[in-house]
Amino acid sequence: MIIGIDMGGTNIDGVLIRDGRLIKTVKNPVDRNDYFYSIWNCLAQLIEDVNKHDINRIQLSTTICTNAIVEDNVSRVGMILQPGPGLHWEFDRLGEEIAYISGSVDHRGKLVKAIVRNELAEIKRRFQAGPVESIAVVTKFSTRNPEPEQQVKQFLRSDYSNITLGHTMSGKLNFPRRVETAYLNAAVSQTFRTFADYIQQALLQEGITAPVYILKADGGTIDLVRAIDKPVETILSGPAASFMGMTALLEQAQTDQVLLDIGGTTTDIFVLVDGIPVFEPLGIMIDGRKTLVRAIFSQSIGLGGDSHVRFESGELKIGPKRLDRAVAFGGQHITPSDALVYLGKMPGDFPEKSKVALEVMAQNHGIDPVMLAERIIHQFCCTIDQTIQQILERFHQVPVYTIRELLQDRKIKPRSVGLIGGPAKALASDLEHILELPVTYPQHYQVANAIGAALAKPTMEINLMIDTERDVLLIPELDIHQTPGQYIDLSKAKWFALDRIKAAEKNMGLTDDQLEGEIVEANSFNMVQGYYRVDKNIRVKAQIRPGLLQRLVDDGQGVDS
Amino acid sequence: MTAKNKLGLILFPAFDWAISPTHPEREERLLYTQDQIMEEGIEDIEGIDFYNPDIATVGDVDRVHFCHPDVESVVTKSHLIAAGGVMKAFDLVLSHQADKSFALVRPPGHHAQRVVYGDRGFCIINIEAVGLAYARKKYGDLRVAIIDTDCHHGDGTEDIFWNDPDTLVISFHQDGRTLYPGTGAMTDMGGPGAFGYNVNIPLPPGTGDEGFRHVLEHVVMPILEEYKPDLIINSAGQDNHYTDPLTNMNFSAQGYAALNHRLNPDIAVLEGGYSIQGALPYVNTGIILAMAGLDYSGVVEPDYSLGKWRQSQQVTRQVHAISQQVYEQWKNKQILARHRFGSDKVITRQRQVYYDTAGIMETQSQEFMVCHACTGFNLVRSRNDRGARMVGITIPRKACSDCRDEGYRLFEEVKITGSHTTMLQDVDRDIFLRK
Repeated sequence: MIIGIDMGGTNIDGVLIRDGRLIKTVKNPVDRNDYFYSIWNCLAQLIEDVNKHDINRIQLSTTICTNAIVEDNVSRVGMILQPGPGLHWEFDRLGEEIAYISGSVDHRGKLVKAIVRNELAEIKRRFQAGPVESIAVVTKFSTRNPEPEQQVKQFLRSDYSNITLGHTMSGKLNFPRRVETAYLNAAVSQTFRTFADYIQQALLQEGITAPVYILKADGGTIDLVRAIDKPVETILSGPAASFMGMTALLEQAQTDQVLLDIGGTTTDIFVLVDGIPVFEPLGIMIDGRKTLVRAIFSQSIGLGGDSHVRFESGELKIGPKRLDRAVAFGGQHITPSDALVYLGKMPGDFPEKSKVALEVMAQNHGIDPVMLAERIIHQFCCTIDQTIQQILERFHQVPVYTIRELLQDRKIKPRSVGLIGGPAKALASDLEHILELPVTYPQHYQVANAIGAALAKPTMEINLMIDTERDVLLIPELDIHQTPGQYIDLSKAKWFALDRIKAAEKNMGLTDDQLEGEIVEANSFNMVQGYYRVDKNIRVKAQIRPGLLQRLVDDGQGVDS
Repeated sequence: MTAKNKLGLILFPAFDWAISPTHPEREERLLYTQDQIMEEGIEDIEGIDFYNPDIATVGDVDRVHFCHPDVESVVTKSHLIAAGGVMKAFDLVLSHQADKSFALVRPPGHHAQRVVYGDRGFCIINIEAVGLAYARKKYGDLRVAIIDTDCHHGDGTEDIFWNDPDTLVISFHQDGRTLYPGTGAMTDMGGPGAFGYNVNIPLPPGTGDEGFRHVLEHVVMPILEEYKPDLIINSAGQDNHYTDPLTNMNFSAQGYAALNHRLNPDIAVLEGGYSIQGALPYVNTGIILAMAGLDYSGVVEPDYSLGKWRQSQQVTRQVHAISQQVYEQWKNKQILARHRFGSDKVITRQRQVYYDTAGIMETQSQEFMVCHACTGFNLVRSRNDRGARMVGITIPRKACSDCRDEGYRLFEEVKITGSHTTMLQDVDRDIFLRK
């Protein structure tokens, strides 16, 4: 039995799934003053009549860290940065305690200039006077050589228990993003730790031993214990929950596909290529900060069932703001939902009120009300269509670095569209017409996010680099830093990467038949010096891509809610 | 961080292509440059956008080169992509998608001349020339200055624009008496239609930042001020760097960045440069920042020391003397042209061209018609030591009707025998014929 809980901005949804069947759903408002209570209350309702030993996993999509960041309710972080030579990035949003240290490492990971211990001692004094609550250390090219970061940690470890090292955040190269990511990780660390402690204690009291997993923005999960070290991974998991929910609810195809989550205020757009979600190239952006946190690509546009519909200088406008609910549901302003109700595509609570409001608007602008309603829906669908085209256009411009990829010139051509959200059913035929693609929508969309959270599998990405001249093998994400030994050609390196990723999967409670590590990129470069000495520089990117623990079976039986 | 100039970056390291596994022009060449660019977070700078290269077509190459036996036989996809990268760079700037662009592509092109039998100096087609010809066709007449800052003489670029007064070619390079390809003498100033618009500045081995700055201030910038080009292109070879394994100069990443800051090119194109760990990551980062109008003062090689790479006083004296002489030649180009060509109707240029990478020796004779109505049509007769023979006729942009008719008449007249190819480039009308 799996429990899935999704905490959104307004509601917290929960589902109970047994053998792929949805057997219970819960929907409560979020108590913004007590997130833990919101979750616990939802969980308690879900397991009322359940034998606690039957629970296999508890999976949560939470906004704990996201809210802490957005509300700037975070720990005081002491940042230690070693920028070395290069660009002068201004880091002005990392709290007040930023210390720069000298020394540098080059692009190969070779030590150019060592750390100066006296500087560290001075910084420690400053931080202790501060006082700072947690530390983040980021050095340039630390994914090529983590030693300087480790040396700083070594120096501070007796005074601080909570130290984030940049290289463990991601194996990707991007110093400014690594700095932001490490900062955020350190900043939310205490918040998340407190939350995790509560959850663990509460489960213990209830006698529940099932492991807890937290949803990440990349559509996968991370177990609670690991998330304590890397809480930044749990930010902005909402769109991923919705994406995974759609994946569980819709027929899966190995083709190019667009998924739309049409809510009240916004529509989130996702793209799949050959059935695999497109990721953000480097990482997600939160609160104006660019990070290295892996995330499923999603674009949110200010267009939803409750978007404000009005005329501006004779021109029909929809959104991007939501003023309140649709007139048909007790609001004051006309929305696309009112147009759907008027056309009989959707039931409303106050259809008469809605009808009158729409007819008044039509009369004021000298249009037939049916035509106005149709125009609203048409414009709504066209805006979605245009946004999809813009997104695809942008994906086609994503840089490639090999001749093979450039010649391949893979164009994304969606074959179908999946749709969830309140107005999904009512909009399906219009969208089908305008997008010129088959549109499908599932049942149970009301708790799609919780279903997504419940069924998401663990994911991971690792970046392995082997440099035989320096005699190092590095996987920053797993903090592996060793000699390459026998792994000095591409096929052995790939084997090693897969082996490591599968070991990590097993640790996350997956069984052998669920292991799905795969190689994403693999290159081996001849390193030639002086025309005769040949070494190898090997780069392998491996991942566990997002997937479902099990398929959802729709057997037509009712669901408790 | 926001760039002052919107910069389009075409970074295409071609990680799956090499001339041979241990050749300097191999997969690894831009690996560390890419690492440096990624780690510095250049992707996240507002106003710097990354683009994929276009792919040049056979027609794009035929506009510039006489390929024997044909384009498909001598050119690989990697060359078409490198040239396509430069075409993209022109498109970005001329369609105002970017203020400036930098094609960080490989393989290079500045040793590729008009006639192409194969690879020379790691180049098969001249990527700047292919890009420029494409741009002129698409966007109309352009007055262009190409500043070749590669350490090797840009002999291909010189040859292609030898008789084109609308393309000023300035190459500064390590003196040809001490380095491949051996050409690039000060006295090589162009054909009768464009005499003086080919400017060679051969520099002594050991020239450092100070020397390059002197050349820029005392020769290049004054000439550019007088020439007033619509576009400035930096043919940005990076082998003047003090760590380059093939050359003997003392130029630094700061020097390259400062040069690009002062030169202020619209387009830069990577050419040579094979110190792939010690130079390219820093020089390219420096050029990108300088072009974007950002602070490049922090870009310093790990092993740089001014004391060690300062040029000698003797070099300083030589550089000053050379600079003065080159600038005087520029000033006196009309008088010098009268001396050089007199009242000859046809100017003949005989040369041997060695294709070092392909191992081919070519013997050629170019004939430039002196015409007062246009720059005059010209033809090249060429044979190589493998038995190939060809004739190429070029009708220049804005050709007069007499020159055009005469060019076409000659093309009809030439008899075909054996492995003999005859080609005609009507640059003016963008027509290419082969028989």
